[in-house]
Amino acid sequence: MKTIWFHMQGYRDLPDDFRDRYESIWVTPPNDELCHSPEVAKYLHWNLDELEMADDLGFDGLGLNEHHQNGYGFPISPNMIATVLARRKSNAALVILGNTLPLYNPPIRVAEEFALLDCLSGGRLVAGFPVGSPMDTTGCYGIPPTQVRPRYYEAHDLITQAWTRPGPFAFNGRFNKLRYVNPWPKPLQKPHPPIWLAGGGSVETWKFATDHDYTYSYLSFMGHKYAKVLMDGYWDSVEKAGMDDNPYRAGFAQLVVVADTDADAERIYLKHLRNFYSKSLYVAPHFAAVPGFMTKRSFEFQLSHRGASAFSFDFKPHEATWKQLVEDSRMVIGGSPDTVAAQIEEAVRNIRVGHLMVILQIQSMDPELTAYSSGLFAEKVLPKIKGIWDKEGYTDRWWPQGATRNQPQVARPAVKAANGEAKVQA
Amino acid sequence: MNTQTAQSVELPGGFAANPVIIKGEGAPVVYLHGPFGQEWDGFLDDLAAHHRVYAPAHAGAEETEDLEQLDGLSDLVIYYDDLFDRLGLEQVDLIGHSFGGMVAAEYAATFRDRVRKLVLIDAMGLWHDDAPVADHLLVSPEKLVKLLFNDPSKPEVKAKLAMPSEREAMNAAIVNRFGALASTSHFIHPIPERGLKRRLRRIKAETLVLWGAQDALVPPSYAAEFVALIPKARAEMIQKAGHVPQVEQRKVVSEHLERFLAR
Repeated sequence: MKTIWFHMQGYRDLPDDFRDRYESIWVTPPNDELCHSPEVAKYLHWNLDELEMADDLGFDGLGLNEHHQNGYGFPISPNMIATVLARRKSNAALVILGNTLPLYNPPIRVAEEFALLDCLSGGRLVAGFPVGSPMDTTGCYGIPPTQVRPRYYEAHDLITQAWTRPGPFAFNGRFNKLRYVNPWPKPLQKPHPPIWLAGGGSVETWKFATDHDYTYSYLSFMGHKYAKVLMDGYWDSVEKAGMDDNPYRAGFAQLVVVADTDADAERIYLKHLRNFYSKSLYVAPHFAAVPGFMTKRSFEFQLSHRGASAFSFDFKPHEATWKQLVEDSRMVIGGSPDTVAAQIEEAVRNIRVGHLMVILQIQSMDPELTAYSSGLFAEKVLPKIKGIWDKEGYTDRWWPQGATRNQPQVARPAVKAANGEAKVQA
Repeated sequence: MNTQTAQSVELPGGFAANPVIIKGEGAPVVYLHGPFGQEWDGFLDDLAAHHRVYAPAHAGAEETEDLEQLDGLSDLVIYYDDLFDRLGLEQVDLIGHSFGGMVAAEYAATFRDRVRKLVLIDAMGLWHDDAPVADHLLVSPEKLVKLLFNDPSKPEVKAKLAMPSEREAMNAAIVNRFGALASTSHFIHPIPERGLKRRLRRIKAETLVLWGAQDALVPPSYAAEFVALIPKARAEMIQKAGHVPQVEQRKVVSEHLERFLAR
């Protein structure tokens, strides 16, 4: 299994009365009241320090994403952050999950920047293509909800053509009219970097994944028990498409906290978990559920199946107990390294996941605590979980060709790094 | 709430049929609804006493996939032109409310001879930074009620806001509202201004601008600007009414309409 150290890049110091004072963590939390540039300057260095630490600790990949105008995570340009990481002499994957395609006009910008990153990193890039949240697309960037998916599909076609067709060629789309598509450069990986999809469980995205043989990552903060119904839906659609059950077709994001003992973990991390769930997931429904973001038919289906979910939470996040968060709901995986390793194995086998994105920096945690949790994870958990799926004989066909860390020696296409150095096996 | 029977009107171009509510006898009047869906409020009954009233659903409200071939207001006015053809209407009196007012004005500026008289009720379509049109899409239900109505405690308003209690009917109402908000925001999100200001001068129809004096969604100051830009226009401000004066002050609105549309 691949373990990706994923940084959400949130705002670490939100006021305690945040929920009473503001309607939403996303779209409208007023910047002058809440987002202080000197703090952000500090966070940006911390974020990069933590990502570089994770690289040094031996995680298979480093994960970044894109969001806008919010305190939960405002990694507005993952490509800029990834450029710093791409410069390091490393053999870890750079998993950008991803660029929110509908927000780029024209989207050849994504084709260009991902190609640049792939070249700079020596072919270590994962090119994530999320549709984007209603908050980012319709809220922050003003795209009519009915145009988000059409723009997404067209951007996907444009970018993949830009990477695979000889330039220059003409692209006559509904939203993009380009006479000369001819990006310099094309990616180092051929035919192009692995494309990963990410979403919150929409049927359209599953079909898009199977249509193109892409991997699908479910980005939730609710844990594997909650994700089970959705992931089963995804695996059903994979089966119906006649494809194999390779767990590397799936990714999952998971909050993880590690300490020397289970009791220590509760003592140290509970306040950070409460803070995260009460503030970061406080998104106003009128920003999160926008009419037109899905088709009328999908909406009708969802409405008529309302209440059918097998799993629900009945606690308030800001007063949640460790037992509720970790033991009962399994929203969070936490405890001693042994506990964490066992719970991770249970989770990834339950929902069949080959790409695990671990979130070890949880909003209000400072770099020291992040280093403690990540260090224990790398030293004592990683060795126990990295062999998951090996004995079943699955290979990861969606891993970047230049990310050679922890990879089998054979059958990897050789990619010469941009700096001329051969990639070294970790 | 639409409790009227609609007539399914087939359209060319691969669009879904439009369920047009038709009632009354007399000269034709077409009513284009606002962003929240097809409706038949009491003032249309008043109007149907002396007119034949046609109340279509907004394009794409029934089938959101229709929006794939509607890329802007110019496509939309052609859609309505096709619809009027199918209804056999040569010339109409056109009433538009809110988003529907914006569409009605665009239509009248494009197909100049097909509109005899034009009524704009709290119409969208213009924008000034010092009087921003509020967001009706990304807003909480509680705040939306305040944006729409001067006095939400009035029985007429309560009746307008009431949802069916039975699950299936409630789901149908929610889906209708979803389709209406999705298909109208397709043309105007996030700011309902697409250059109408430049085209209003072309409107030939005599125009009545009705406006709720307490409209918190589209500020009343826009009434004067519509009047200034449309060659033959006058405004009537409706007191004690918000964005939906035809519901909050049905009698006053109906009297204005009756006088203005009389032949």
